[in-house]
Amino acid sequence: MNQFALEITDLKKTYDSDVVALKGINLSVKEGDFFALLGPNGAGKSSTIGIIASLVTKTAGKVKIFGIDTDENFPEAKRLLGVVSQEINFNNFEKVIDIVTTQAGFYGISLKDSMLKTETTLKRLGLWEKRNEQARTLSGGFKRRLMIAKALIHEPKLLILDEPTAGVDIELRREMWEFLKEINAKGTTIILTTHYLEEAEQLCKNIAIIDYGELVENTSMKDLLSRLDVQGFVLDIDKILDQPPSIPKFPITLEDSSTLNVSIKKDQSINHLFEQLSALDINVLSMRNKSNRLEEMFIEMVNKS
Amino acid sequence: MKRGNEILVSLITLIRKEIKRYLRIWVQTLVPPAVTMSLYFVIFGSLIGPRIGTMDGLDYIQFMIPGLIMMSVITNSYANVVSSFYSVKFQKSIEELLVSPMPNWAILVGFVMGGVSRGVLIGCIVFCVSLFFYPSFTIVNPLLTISVLFLTAILFSLMGFINAIFADSFDDISIIPTFVLTPLIYLGGVFYSINILPDIWRNISMGNPMLYVVNTFREGMLGVSDVSIPFALGMIIFFIIILTSACLLLLHRGVGTRQ
Repeated sequence: MNQFALEITDLKKTYDSDVVALKGINLSVKEGDFFALLGPNGAGKSSTIGIIASLVTKTAGKVKIFGIDTDENFPEAKRLLGVVSQEINFNNFEKVIDIVTTQAGFYGISLKDSMLKTETTLKRLGLWEKRNEQARTLSGGFKRRLMIAKALIHEPKLLILDEPTAGVDIELRREMWEFLKEINAKGTTIILTTHYLEEAEQLCKNIAIIDYGELVENTSMKDLLSRLDVQGFVLDIDKILDQPPSIPKFPITLEDSSTLNVSIKKDQSINHLFEQLSALDINVLSMRNKSNRLEEMFIEMVNKS
Repeated sequence: MKRGNEILVSLITLIRKEIKRYLRIWVQTLVPPAVTMSLYFVIFGSLIGPRIGTMDGLDYIQFMIPGLIMMSVITNSYANVVSSFYSVKFQKSIEELLVSPMPNWAILVGFVMGGVSRGVLIGCIVFCVSLFFYPSFTIVNPLLTISVLFLTAILFSLMGFINAIFADSFDDISIIPTFVLTPLIYLGGVFYSINILPDIWRNISMGNPMLYVVNTFREGMLGVSDVSIPFALGMIIFFIIILTSACLLLLHRGVGTRQ
C-alpha cells in the first residue's frame, strides 16, 4: 500500500497573463488523511487543485496520486480521484439522475452498473426523491450535494473538495460535515479547501496554508493550534463603562459600554483576570472566543508572509 | 482490454448525451430545417423553377435538391458541435469530461459523432421533404451519396469544434456561420451550375471549398458535377485529417479548455 494519497513536488504555475500562481509547492497528503488546504483568495489553492484534476495545465513540477505520476498515466490517476469544484459545473437543464449516470459513464461504468451506483449515492446524499427533477430547480444546498454525488459516483480513493460549503446554510453544512467524516472513516482520503476555518478545525487532521503561491505552513492541526500565543476573548459584563478597566498585563478594550475585548497570552491565567475584574466590582456574565482559534493563527501566518 | 472497454463506454455515453441534447430541443433543431427547406422547394422549385427551365439538363427543382440537402447538413453539423461544445465550456460542465479518464480523442469523436448524427438526420429529413415536391427522384450512386454525406458532416463538425474551442462568447459562435459559411454555401453551386457564370466568376468560384462538397454530392445523387470527383473527395478527406490533427493538438495543449 502506498503511504501517500497525493505527492506534489516543486509545482509551478504561471498563467498566460504572466500571473505567477504557484512558485514551487511541495506537499504530501497521507492515505486516509482529512487534510485542509487553506489560503486567502488568489493564494493558489484552486490552481493547485486544478492541476491535480487536470483542469489547469502546470508550468513545472510533479503530481503523483497514490504513487501514479500524472505525467505518465493520468487516466489511471484520474480513476482514483474525485473532485468537487468550487462552482456549479453541470448542465442545469438535465435531470439529476441523468447528470450522475452520465458522469459514471465518463468513468467507463456501464449504464446498468451506473444506475445501481447512482441510486445508492443519491440515497446517501438525500437526493433520490429529486432524481427526476431538472438540476436548475434544486436549491443551492441540493446542488452542492449533487456536485458531491457526481464526484463520488466512481468511488474515488481521494476526494478533493474546493470550498464545498460556500453559501450553504449551517444545518446543511453540518450534515455535510457528518457525511464527509463518515466517508473519511471508511477510508477515503479527503482534501478540503474552505474559508470557514471552523470547518477545517472541526474536520481536518492536517493542514497546509498557501499564500502568494508558496506554502507557508504544513503541519498537523494540533501542532498549529498549540502555537497560538495569544487568544482574544469577548466578555459580557454587568456594568456600563465609559472606559476600559486597567488591569496590568491584560490589554483590554471596550467593544461597547458593557462588552470587553481581552487578549490573553498562552501562559496567563484566566482566573487571574476574573479575580482582577471582581476586585473592580465587575462581574462577567458570559464569555466567548473573539474569533475561531484557527482563524487567529491563519491571519497571523498570512500577515507574516 | 479493460481500458478499451472503459473508453468505449465513455464514448457511447458522450454520444448518447449529445444525441439526447438535440432531440430534447427538437423544435429548435429538427423542425426549422424542414420548414425552411419546404419554403425553398415551394418558392424556387415549384413557383420559379419551371420559368428557369433546366440546369445541366435537369429540372431545376431536381438540380436544387442535392444542394439544399448539403446546405442543411453543413449548417446543422457545424451548428450542433459549435453550440454544444461552447455550451459545456460556458457552463463549466466540460470539467465533467476533463476530470474523467476519457482520452482527448474520445472527447473529440463524441462531439463530432453528435454533429454527424444531427447533420445526417437533417439531411434525411430534407430528402424526405423533397420527395413531396419531386416524387420521382432517384439516387444515381448511393455509395458515393452516403459517403459524401458522412464525410461532409464529419468535416463541418470538426470545423464547429475548432470554432467552439476558440470562442469566448456567444457572438463568437455565430460570426463564422453567418459571415463565412452561409455566403460560401450560397455561392457554392447550391442553386446554380458554375457553367452559367462568366469565366472570371467561374474561376473565382473554383476557390470556394463548398463548391466541391455540393458538386460531389450532386454527382452521387444525380450524376452531374462541375468539378473532378476524385480531386474533391481527396480534398475533403485531406481536410478531415488536417482538422482532426488540429483538434487533437488543441485539446492536448488545453487551448480554450484548460487554463
